Amino acid sequence: MTGWTRVEGRAVALPYENIDTDQLIPARFMSTPRAEGYGRFLLHDLREKGELPPLEGAEILIAGRNFGCGSSREAAVYALVDHGIRAVLAASFGDIFASNAVNNGLLPAQISDDLSARLLARCPAQISIDLAAGTVVVEDETHPFALDETWRLKLRNGWDDIDLTTQHGAAIRAFAKARQETRPWAWPAPENTDNETTRRGASA
Amino acid sequence: MTAPRTLFAKLWEAHEVLRREDGASLLWVDRHLVHEGSHHAFAKLDERGLEVANPELTFGVADHYAPTRGGLTEADPKVARMIETLVANTKRHGVRCFGLGDPRRGIVHVMGPEQGLTLPGLLIVCGDSHTSTHGAFGAIAFGIGATEVAHVLATQTIWQKRPKAMRITVEGRLGPGVSAKDIALGWIARLGSDGARGHAIEYAGPVVRGLSMEGRLTLCNLSIEGGARFGMVAPDAVTLEYLRTRPFAPEGVALERAAADWATLATDPGAAFDCEETIDARTIAPIVTWGTSPEDALPITGTVPDPARASAERAAHIRAALDYMDLAPGRSLEGTPIDEVFIGSCTNARIEDLRLAAAVLAGRRAKVPGIVSPGSAFVKVQAEAEGLDRVFIAAGLDWVDSGCSMCVAMNGDRVAPGRRCASTTNRNFRGRQGPGARTHLMSPAMVAAAAVAGGLADVRPMLEGRAVA
Ligand code: SF4
Repeated sequence: MTGWTRVEGRAVALPYENIDTDQLIPARFMSTPRAEGYGRFLLHDLREKGELPPLEGAEILIAGRNFGCGSSREAAVYALVDHGIRAVLAASFGDIFASNAVNNGLLPAQISDDLSARLLARCPAQISIDLAAGTVVVEDETHPFALDETWRLKLRNGWDDIDLTTQHGAAIRAFAKARQETRPWAWPAPENTDNETTRRGASA
Repeated sequence: MTAPRTLFAKLWEAHEVLRREDGASLLWVDRHLVHEGSHHAFAKLDERGLEVANPELTFGVADHYAPTRGGLTEADPKVARMIETLVANTKRHGVRCFGLGDPRRGIVHVMGPEQGLTLPGLLIVCGDSHTSTHGAFGAIAFGIGATEVAHVLATQTIWQKRPKAMRITVEGRLGPGVSAKDIALGWIARLGSDGARGHAIEYAGPVVRGLSMEGRLTLCNLSIEGGARFGMVAPDAVTLEYLRTRPFAPEGVALERAAADWATLATDPGAAFDCEETIDARTIAPIVTWGTSPEDALPITGTVPDPARASAERAAHIRAALDYMDLAPGRSLEGTPIDEVFIGSCTNARIEDLRLAAAVLAGRRAKVPGIVSPGSAFVKVQAEAEGLDRVFIAAGLDWVDSGCSMCVAMNGDRVAPGRRCASTTNRNFRGRQGPGARTHLMSPAMVAAAAVAGGLADVRPMLEGRAVA
């Protein structure tokens, strides 16, 4: 993943609350290998019904509250990213969605209800986002957005968690060793195939 | 003296390998559960040539795509490929996997507790948002995305920022025909589907203490529908009793030693929460959803909301939801005709759920067709031993194998476009049960009542004079 600091592009409005991950990508498309691209699945059923503005050429989405609620499917983020979306602005996001977004370089920028309503009304519009400054600029207006500091660092630097964690290998091994000594029950017991659950299951 | 701590704080601190300057914690993962959806994560691992760090702490299970009628040979090739990929990935990395035909197989959040893989004091993750279910044992359990799944596979740890602490206390007593599902839908309707966003919920109070493990699992399961990634209940005698007969749980001296540690897993008196909510159980009636978000929920005695009487933003949502659901504002919920029913999912397909539904259906006929899919192969065996399958079949419902089935419509079981389904699942999102499907969420007893009435119905009169397990 490469880091970024600024995005400028066309913003499109999705004026609905609770756009869940089942809308972002219906479950039936999720067996597709990522290499085939997920962009065409983005908001598939809503677009098919003609309920959304055209998303072609959009790099930024403005949406109602609780965007990305629902399942943990990272495929929802793949669909956005593969369609060319770089940032979503909303009053709130599903927690799992937001962390998945950051892991794929997509910005979940939290804005006030008031700003959300005003931006929704102005779309489609040309918007620019400055990650370092934490601002959204639309024409001559500049507004702040909120983002967890860890996530800002990750997006700017394009950090990969596995690389970061590997540096802590010794600490992890020491932790695991101490845990196994003091909390041996935290490891699965050797499977007991002669107890009630198993016996009843086996009597099938 | 140390400051009083919440249960969540104790669990979190016990898993913290280190904390970075920016506040992110690296947490140790005790159990990692994978299912068919983990193919993205395994692909990421393979791309980088990485191994699974702790295969002995990782368990696989086929559930999301599991066929509920017949085996793989009859299944759609796409479904078969998903299951074969899971089996191949876990095998290659030395991870134990409960595949089709395994008596231990079931929906991941039913199987984990049932097999004793879920224990108090553990940190459990799975690439599925309903992982909050396992918190019912007094564990930290949360759903993660594919990048995080790959990270856990590679390192047995996960980076997280500590969420805020919230407590939902349920006082009073539940009325007859009212269950954990109604408590959950009730608070979600009150606080909104993002009401607990950024929080870890501890469920407490006499009503929660009085719930069985099954009820607690349902309550914690639905935390995510209110926006919380974590839900939990402090372990107690009920928890310990449940664990005594589980294949992967400690036994004998090991269990006694574990139980001594688990006894400390409670919120200290005086510990502070960032947010507190109290619910009086006596005010909870059986609840049904009318819209396309779990927050769109009302007592069965209510009427469909009128957008003209809501705020502008809310009105837009209500209008869109009613249009999708084909419901008129102001009509009473009771009596809304349904086309089919579904009893299943990680929310409400445990043995107690099936007993409740059967208590309503016994000696009655369903006016509409429907599927009953037990939460696991083990629940299926247990239900058949109790004769519950015969009750469902005699009522005219299909008794099928365990899987996610019509909760997510991945395996081919789905609600046809425009059809209305009374369902024990957790999400009434548009298209969740199939493109164009209309879902009403409710408890297993309420789904059974809807089946008998052929429309949304109040289960309470139907339970009069009947013994409920
Ligand atoms: S039953 Fe439904 S909610 Fe539960 S794990 Fe399966 S798909 Fe997810």
